[in-house]
Amino acid sequence: MASTETTGTAGTTASAEDGAAPGGPAKDGLGGLEAGLDALETSATDRTPLRRTLVDKVLPPVVAVAVVLLVWQALISLKVVDDPSKLPSPADVGDEFKDAWLEGRLLGYIWTSVSRGLLGFLFALAIGTPLGLLVARVKFVRAAIGPILSGLQSLPSVAWVPPAVIWLGLNNSMMYAVILLGAVPSIANGLVSGIDQVPPLFLRAGRTMGATGWRGAWHIVMPAALPGYLAGLKQGWAFSWRSLMAAEIIASSPDLGIGLGALLENGRNASSMSMVFEAIILILFVGIAIDLLIFSPLERRVLRGRGLLVKG
Amino acid sequence: MATTILKAEGAASVEYAARIEHVSKSFAGPAGQQLVLDDITLDVAPGEFVTLLGASGCGKSTLLNLVAGLDRPTAGGITTDGRPSLMFQEHALFPWLTAGKNIELALKLRGVPKNERRGRAGELLELVRLTGSYGKRVHELSGGMRQRVALARALAQDSRLLLMDEPFAALDAITRDVLHDELTRIWAETGVSVLFVTHNVREAVRLAQRVVLLSSRPGRVAREWRVDIPQPRRIEDAPVAELSLEITEVLRGEIRRHGQH
Ligand SMILES: Nc1ncnc2c1ncn2[C@@H]1O[C@H](COP(=O)(O)OP(=O)(O)OP(=O)(O)O)[C@@H](O)[C@H]1O
Ligand SMILES: [Mg+2]
Repeated sequence: MASTETTGTAGTTASAEDGAAPGGPAKDGLGGLEAGLDALETSATDRTPLRRTLVDKVLPPVVAVAVVLLVWQALISLKVVDDPSKLPSPADVGDEFKDAWLEGRLLGYIWTSVSRGLLGFLFALAIGTPLGLLVARVKFVRAAIGPILSGLQSLPSVAWVPPAVIWLGLNNSMMYAVILLGAVPSIANGLVSGIDQVPPLFLRAGRTMGATGWRGAWHIVMPAALPGYLAGLKQGWAFSWRSLMAAEIIASSPDLGIGLGALLENGRNASSMSMVFEAIILILFVGIAIDLLIFSPLERRVLRGRGLLVKG
Repeated sequence: MATTILKAEGAASVEYAARIEHVSKSFAGPAGQQLVLDDITLDVAPGEFVTLLGASGCGKSTLLNLVAGLDRPTAGGITTDGRPSLMFQEHALFPWLTAGKNIELALKLRGVPKNERRGRAGELLELVRLTGSYGKRVHELSGGMRQRVALARALAQDSRLLLMDEPFAALDAITRDVLHDELTRIWAETGVSVLFVTHNVREAVRLAQRVVLLSSRPGRVAREWRVDIPQPRRIEDAPVAELSLEITEVLRGEIRRHGQH
């Protein structure tokens, strides 16, 4: 039980004088009481076992995917949709994956896009973070570009592709430019709202401890704003990935290598619906995988450490 | 004088830990300037334990914030012996740090070298009897334990003056009794001066050498009592109850006075 474990730590100070007799008029104040209170009020937090995680977290999405596949197959088998150029069968799409894998192209597609996306995201991070700090802390900067920054978030990043192509040509820099324009506002805004939501109590506590100016920013404001910042990063990644796909679809060129967006566009040009499906599934898969592997664990770690995550 | 019963090291070179002289504070309200504190003059001697008592909204927190330097008085002056440490009504511990690291941050900001911090934090945790809680996160501690860590963090600042703003108000009676004992013991051990705000009359009498009653709207020093009851006190002791009754009467009179206008 929870109480037995905690008594061990808190009880050591009190046991010598008063034992566990509750309310006993001990000579040295209320020492015994104190240990009892601590033991009563502290809750033990333990981790969920692996089996529970599998059943709670892994099973539901697997079931969902299976249901989608079943419905899809049913549409084909029952001849609801009887036109492979509109809806290919799961097996056709599966073959497309298999061929791409056997010919060694599959990982190439993924890597072309993922490496671009992640590198672009890192650039966006390096620009968005100081920008967010500036907007949050400098009144003039906030008044000047704060509204624009929030406005940019709602501008679909596809809109940036034509000007980027005209300015930079059909090359990788143009892809990075589109990613930056899509992701920097999210990251900066996340940091701004994270900083805005820092409880004033923490700032005041920091000030009485001598954490003002840069020391305050480093020791109090940044860690307190971390959850909002992480949420911004997560959204920033989603925007990076979306922008990149838009750029790859619109601006495909043989020199750029074949990423997932180009694959989709190639499928369309070749009227191969199974290739289009392959590309869509891969785009979705990568977006989810990056979120699941990088951002979600990071966010959960931070929130759990602060007791902000309800277990379940 | 109150200071005579204190340990010798409590006597500092300055003759006060805090000197509040003719301090007024007003806030801009909907109906123009609202005077919250009016001409408060109050000294806290080195090593003295003073409680500030007053009805809710009379300006106790405002005064404490002024002394802590978080805000400026509209008129008058406040001098303190070094930067005071402040313990808030809510624990104000940083949730991204463990209990121990919260204390170490205070040490770090004070300039304690890295290799001494861990040991110092351990000592402070021992002082508030939380030796085993170094690595605990804030949310893993009970309310009473949080306030004890907050007390340890405030002590880590090593100020000559400890300001406390109703630190135990949200705790149940038994936990509060325990913390009263702790605080009295730590105060006697460290020789720190304490300015303790509360609206609980018995708590004020239980802890203080001197009780200062503030009137409301605007806050003025209404009356002062010296508490000569010897220190291992209990909140239920007869002399404590007796003086509390007397103070409560005056406090009620103060509040009643407002009803008449
Ligand atoms: N920043 C502020 N701006 C305007 N009015 C304020 C501000 N801070 C406090 N006040 C007003 O000053 C008065 C005193 O507030 P204060 O918080 O000091 O009361 P208190 O004595 O600490 O009360 P309590 O016991 O409820 O904590 C209140 O009427 C409050 O409305
Ligand atoms: Mg208050």
